Amino acid sequence: MKRREFIQKTVSGATALTIGGIGLQSFAELNSAKKITILHTNDVHSHIDAFGPEDGRNANKGGVSRRASLVENIRKENPNTLLLDAGDIFQGTPYFNYYGGELEFKLMSKLKYDAATIGNHDFDNGIDGLFAQLPHAQFEFISSNYDFSNTIMHTHTKPYKIFKKDGIKIGVFGLGIKLTGLVDPMMYKETNYLDPVETSQEMTRILKDEEQCDLIICLSHLGYHYRNRPEKMSDLKLASRTKDIDLIIGGHTHTFLPKPTVVKNSENKNMLVNQVGCYGINLGKIDFYFDTQKNKAANGTSIIV
Amino acid sequence: MRFTHFFFLLYILFFTSCKKEKLHLTKIEGSKIEITDSLKIDDEIEKYIAPFRNHIQKDLDSVLAYSVDTYSKTDGSLNTAIGNFMADAIYEETYPVFKKRTGKDIDLVLLNHGGIRSIISKGQIKLRTAYEIMPFENSIVVVALKGAQIDSLVNYLSKARRAHPISKLRLLLDEDFKVAEATIKGKPIYNDTTYYVCTNDFLYNGGDNMTFFKPNDSLYVLNYKIRNALIDHFKKVDTINPVIDDRFIQIN
Repeated sequence: MKRREFIQKTVSGATALTIGGIGLQSFAELNSAKKITILHTNDVHSHIDAFGPEDGRNANKGGVSRRASLVENIRKENPNTLLLDAGDIFQGTPYFNYYGGELEFKLMSKLKYDAATIGNHDFDNGIDGLFAQLPHAQFEFISSNYDFSNTIMHTHTKPYKIFKKDGIKIGVFGLGIKLTGLVDPMMYKETNYLDPVETSQEMTRILKDEEQCDLIICLSHLGYHYRNRPEKMSDLKLASRTKDIDLIIGGHTHTFLPKPTVVKNSENKNMLVNQVGCYGINLGKIDFYFDTQKNKAANGTSIIV
Repeated sequence: MRFTHFFFLLYILFFTSCKKEKLHLTKIEGSKIEITDSLKIDDEIEKYIAPFRNHIQKDLDSVLAYSVDTYSKTDGSLNTAIGNFMADAIYEETYPVFKKRTGKDIDLVLLNHGGIRSIISKGQIKLRTAYEIMPFENSIVVVALKGAQIDSLVNYLSKARRAHPISKLRLLLDEDFKVAEATIKGKPIYNDTTYYVCTNDFLYNGGDNMTFFKPNDSLYVLNYKIRNALIDHFKKVDTINPVIDDRFIQIN
């Protein structure tokens, strides 16, 4: 933490100096370095309360009310923050059995989540059960590869959304896992699964080429990587087969990554894949710094993980 | 007038020239923040959760029945008291539901040993106990199988040599773990007869390598959760006192 604060201070100090040289106040605002913070969770699975002190694996970890204070502090430090979730909000504690996801959505709204994608367990009370809880969610559901047009969820999700923070355009799209064999067809009904790679290519074409987004984030519930099933689509596979995505925020496999993975995309450019385990034990934080060309490092974007 | 024009021009020049200085992504920093008890609790959120939590806790603490002893799935070899209790309870609760909906009789119940997720402790059985034994949302299904497929089911059990919970099926293995005798409700199994096997959706879909449920004559989805059947059963009985019996044994 200390080291990061130091880096931040030196960065803003350096910018202030450059701008001081030009001596135009309004110009300074336009040209100063900008920072976008992306916070994320995945597979929280109705874990509203922290684990108790007697828990064998995760004693005293997690808990929504602690996450709330952490997120608030980060937002105070940088108002240009997005809070995102990569799915499987539902199922795992009696809160879900009793209230069907109502409290999960209400709390996420209170924490001011900006968007979430849909995980396989979010169908556990059927697609109707998911639909029934939507009034409690004051955030966007983003799903690009579930075609809901023949279901009750039709028009209640978006294929992508563009957020503007401090003049930076952030495009977010969402990918769900193949439901066949994983979820009872009675539950997802006529939800049509579309190919994640093709969908991503379409999304990045819209977000990069048409909408000119500065940052593209994919919320994915595909799973990090399947060592024993090389044919199965995963975040690492998707990352290597697509372009223009800056960050994939993953879920499903409950993978506790010690740090975000740097992956080469189809154009051999570095991008990030991250996942923070499950049950609200961790919060992922990725800071994106923007600056004018002259302040850019000679070797392109530097990634510090 | 001239001045206004001048400022207007200056304004346009100023902003267009600024916009040309496009911002680029220069640096990315990634980190993971652990949610631990060193973080402050947000009081407003905590207050909001409290009534929901209190309701659930009070409900889960409600006493449904009484258990004479402590029962664990590790007590017993081919059948266990807790497994027998579960399979029999599922039979008793599901039989009338299935009969009412289809007019047919359930012939046997098969669950899996791994699906018993906790012990039943001696003393009060609370609603919480039902969630501990069965935290999953699996639902009861009834599958129509011909006698020949029941043979596959029986062979599976003889090879598995595990105390998968069964009810109304009796299975005797010889000293080489070969099937010596298999009966359903005390009668031999006939190849051409259709049997109605009660299980859960997880096993029906091949869980625990139970591949013998497909193909089948028909599938009946009851939308009745295993946990809810157990809760209904606990509410009906006053005391439970299950035993290890001779429904699945090896004869020497």
